[in-house]
Amino acid sequence: MTEFHRTQRAMRTMRTAAMSRGVIALLDIGTSKVSCLVLRFDPPEPANDTVIPLYRQSAMRVVGAKTICSQGVRFGEIDAMVETERAIRTVVQAAQKMANTRVDHVIACFAGGDPRSYGLAGEVEVAGSHVDEQDVARVLAACDLPDIGMGREVLHAHPVNFALDHRSGLGDPRGHVGGVLATDMHMLTVDAAAVQNIIYCIRRCDLELAGIASSAYVAGLSALVEDEQELGAACIDMGGGATGVSIFLKKHMIFADAVRMGGDTVTRDIAAGLQVPMAMAERIKTFHGGVYATGMDDREMIELSANSGDWEKDRRTVSRTELIGIMRPRVEEILEEVRARLDAAGFDYLPSQQIVLTGGASQIPGLDMLAAKILGQNVRLGRPMRVQGMPEAARGPGFSAMVGLALFAACPQDEWWDFEIPVERMGGRSFRRAVRWFRDNW
Amino acid sequence: MRPLSADPRYPRAPAVGPRSHVQMAAPQKKAPKMRRAAPSRLAFRLERLWLTPFVRLVTRIGVPVFCVTLGLGLWLGDSGRRADLVERYEIVKAQIQNRPEFRISELTVDGASAEVEDAVRALLPVGLPASRFAIDLDAYRAAIRRLDAVENVALMVQSGGALEVRVTERVPVILWRTATGIEMLDTTGHRTASLTRRDARPDLPLIAGYGADKAVAEALAILAAAKPILPRARGLVRVGERRWDLVLDRDQRILLPEENPVRAVQRTLALDSVEDLLSRDFTRLDLRNETRPTIRLSEAALTALHEIKGLTPAKASHD
Repeated sequence: MTEFHRTQRAMRTMRTAAMSRGVIALLDIGTSKVSCLVLRFDPPEPANDTVIPLYRQSAMRVVGAKTICSQGVRFGEIDAMVETERAIRTVVQAAQKMANTRVDHVIACFAGGDPRSYGLAGEVEVAGSHVDEQDVARVLAACDLPDIGMGREVLHAHPVNFALDHRSGLGDPRGHVGGVLATDMHMLTVDAAAVQNIIYCIRRCDLELAGIASSAYVAGLSALVEDEQELGAACIDMGGGATGVSIFLKKHMIFADAVRMGGDTVTRDIAAGLQVPMAMAERIKTFHGGVYATGMDDREMIELSANSGDWEKDRRTVSRTELIGIMRPRVEEILEEVRARLDAAGFDYLPSQQIVLTGGASQIPGLDMLAAKILGQNVRLGRPMRVQGMPEAARGPGFSAMVGLALFAACPQDEWWDFEIPVERMGGRSFRRAVRWFRDNW
Repeated sequence: MRPLSADPRYPRAPAVGPRSHVQMAAPQKKAPKMRRAAPSRLAFRLERLWLTPFVRLVTRIGVPVFCVTLGLGLWLGDSGRRADLVERYEIVKAQIQNRPEFRISELTVDGASAEVEDAVRALLPVGLPASRFAIDLDAYRAAIRRLDAVENVALMVQSGGALEVRVTERVPVILWRTATGIEMLDTTGHRTASLTRRDARPDLPLIAGYGADKAVAEALAILAAAKPILPRARGLVRVGERRWDLVLDRDQRILLPEENPVRAVQRTLALDSVEDLLSRDFTRLDLRNETRPTIRLSEAALTALHEIKGLTPAKASHD
């Protein structure tokens, strides 16, 4: 735990170094695609500029982008290290070439690793009359860590809420007068092996890891508009191998989970059901896929060409209705699984019931109508917000995790390791403790 | 504490601990898939190295500059080779300079008297024919201009290899007698030539005195004003570097004022025409004070005057 805490702090330092250098790479390791963006951060605007950059994405610019077909990733986790490493190398090299610069720091996101959410609460007496940084550090340290299980690591730990005496909902308690400071923290843990594998792959590519994020979280950052993040909404990131679920309230993520099914599962069903190769199944799904069949679809015949050598097998046709008949049960199953996760999280008790579908698999025609039946009436399809310099091909919903990662890189939300360490736990720094004792007592 | 998420529907396989990387990286016996060409680790590293700005700079500018400098330095390090290079350069330079297009074969002098032309020819530093580059035209021109008789000179290299010297000579307008001899001066007072005898240029008026050459223009104005009496005038004498004396024959002198001597001359001429002044017997006519012209009689005239006035017995003087 402390080890990981230190690692996260080191990654934050590295991110600051990358920002000062002005160039950072973002890597989305997905089941169906691996994409890389090279971001350039412009120096801040001169102070006398009257137009204040309001949007978080205004300070950065995409100078290099590349997306390739993923290899060796299953369910959002690295399955074959060598192939994944090769894919990362390919995509980073192409993005570097487009950006015409060398990138040393990488922020990565991934969907798998079986994310689990925990709600933590801590409470301490305020030492002085005012809340200061040390009180915040102590209240964060006072949260009792649940048993997260063997081989699991903390990926995100956001202090969601601070409460002082009877006042709750404080964003920044420093300087407030009060007696008892309490906090609610949301913690996301993932499988340690998945994280270690990603770190190992990126080290093998001579890159420094400057941060790591869950793609459910970053997809929510970019696909949800600000009001939805404030009032409460769920973001369903339907990826290739995993479907991420994240719930946002008051601009903070309060829950995240993942369903180990996605667009690739649908493709496998099609390939198995129609007995065509995976590439063909993917193509059919992309061009003719859907979840609502009409009478017209009975007459729309899809040719299934294969090169098995058997003429009868290579010259089959199938109607679109049959294709929909294969796709719909699997999509329904995914959405029902998502419904179960949302129910378990208590999504029904949230003031706003907005659900946003994003990710590559959300482009299935008719998905929003189907989702409205299963998840609730407030369903919309989300697309990522615009980032300067993003290629047109990378502006679809499949890249909302990528764009969210860019926002995460530009201005990350404060996490546990961004706060001070309580003095009691700062072992070995006796001089600073002595200085602090003098300052407090004299 | 239980996690917020639901229990998995289908029990998963028991979680294994973090697997070692060696096992992970082990080659997997999978069906060979068609995969796109990924860069090898070496290619990836080289590409990253090439994208480093410093490396690019060194490779694109540093290395060529270093190679060229090193090569030149090594090649020129040998003194014999260096001398050879200089020699070849000199040979090529001489070949170009000695081409017939640049040859000057004759010197023509315009607008100069015989003596000046001889001097101009004698001043030419090289013998003709010569290359144009062998003659320093500026120095040659300056040398010609240093001749007293030359007022201005223009040098032109004509096509066909002729060097034309156009000389404007100074015109002598006055003679200046000094202790060493007689000099001819032009209107600005610059010396043009020396004379041994006054008779050589009887047409030119004569001036004398220290500093007379600095006031030649004034002297010429006085002489122009005194034209009616010029047959009697012997010359002008500069006195104390500030005023002129007009010397006439019969030992007569007109002392002109410092200011406005021309008007004094005109006044003299007026007096002469009315009272026949200049034919009188006097030695000095002093016009220096404009309000009080003074005359000094000669001794004989003074005696005669005294006799007329009866101041002195006429016989006594003769005794």
